[in-house]
Amino acid sequence: MNSGRCAACKSQRRKCPSDCIFSPYFPANDPQRFACVHKIYGSSNVGKMLQEIPPNLREEAANTLYLEAKWRIEDPIYGCVGIISSLYKQIQNAEIELAKIQTQIAFYKLQTQQQVIEAEPNMEVLQSQSSNMEQFEVDNLFEWENPTIASWFN
Amino acid sequence: MGGSSPCASCKLLRRRCTKECIFAPYFPSDDPRKFAIVHKVFGASNVSKMLQELPIHQRGDAVSSLVYEANARVRDPVYGCVGAISYLQNQVTQLQMQLAVAQAEILSIQMQPEPSNNNTTLLPSQLLLDQDDNEKFLLLSTSSAENNNNYEFLPQYLSSFASSSSSSSNVFQDSEPLKRESFC
Repeated sequence: MNSGRCAACKSQRRKCPSDCIFSPYFPANDPQRFACVHKIYGSSNVGKMLQEIPPNLREEAANTLYLEAKWRIEDPIYGCVGIISSLYKQIQNAEIELAKIQTQIAFYKLQTQQQVIEAEPNMEVLQSQSSNMEQFEVDNLFEWENPTIASWFN
Repeated sequence: MGGSSPCASCKLLRRRCTKECIFAPYFPSDDPRKFAIVHKVFGASNVSKMLQELPIHQRGDAVSSLVYEANARVRDPVYGCVGAISYLQNQVTQLQMQLAVAQAEILSIQMQPEPSNNNTTLLPSQLLLDQDDNEKFLLLSTSSAENNNNYEFLPQYLSSFASSSSSSSNVFQDSEPLKRESFC
């Protein structure tokens, strides 16, 4: 009955019982999968973790344990935490880029509005009707000497 | 020296803490929980083997990342850190979509004919935009594409977890992992 053993029991050189907790998730045809989790977590820890999880979630748990073990083997210092850190940086960079572009869009729109106002015959009336706050914001956006704003477009 | 207290790992494992104890620099006795959680998930002997295979100056970072992973696994026994990765990857994808929309919008604005007002005075920053905006647009597109390529491998591994990511975001309450933990 040796051929019926799961990868875990083959690796541990023991009989594979019918209720083996590893056998549904660590088949014999993928020995590397169990070898990874065994190297990082140890087979008894993996067995304990799987026991504490409801049966319908054990496959997901085995998959994520395998992934994390694999990433830890590939990067012994940071493991999957290196990936998390890189994703954080990607998000940060994307948010900065997005803010820059949205500011550019706002700048263009305001400039277009300003040009429309200047082209209107009653522009003085329109300008006096605009709120003080809008005028303040327009003045600041045109403050190209502001080093922070100027640097975004350089 | 003879009177120094055992490190957290030797206390938990109930053994003598020698001068050469591999755990002592990283698991001080005043934080027993740190070692307890790492021991629960990885096992002391596995942690010891992992640390022994690393140069000394990298062991501090390795311990910090192991502690982070162990905490994540205890909080979410099914998905652990993979849940957090899936969640973050979704955020990256959404941001990249927003970036693409914003870039398309700015391109369409730039392509619109300008109002016919010959008295408009162009500001220096405006001049810079007009000259270089196409180049900047290409640069932005390139940087987004490069960011996409960095983690092409992730979707294939995480495709089965994508639908579960909403339940796993509870792992990710803390701030950035490499800032949260103090590296030796």
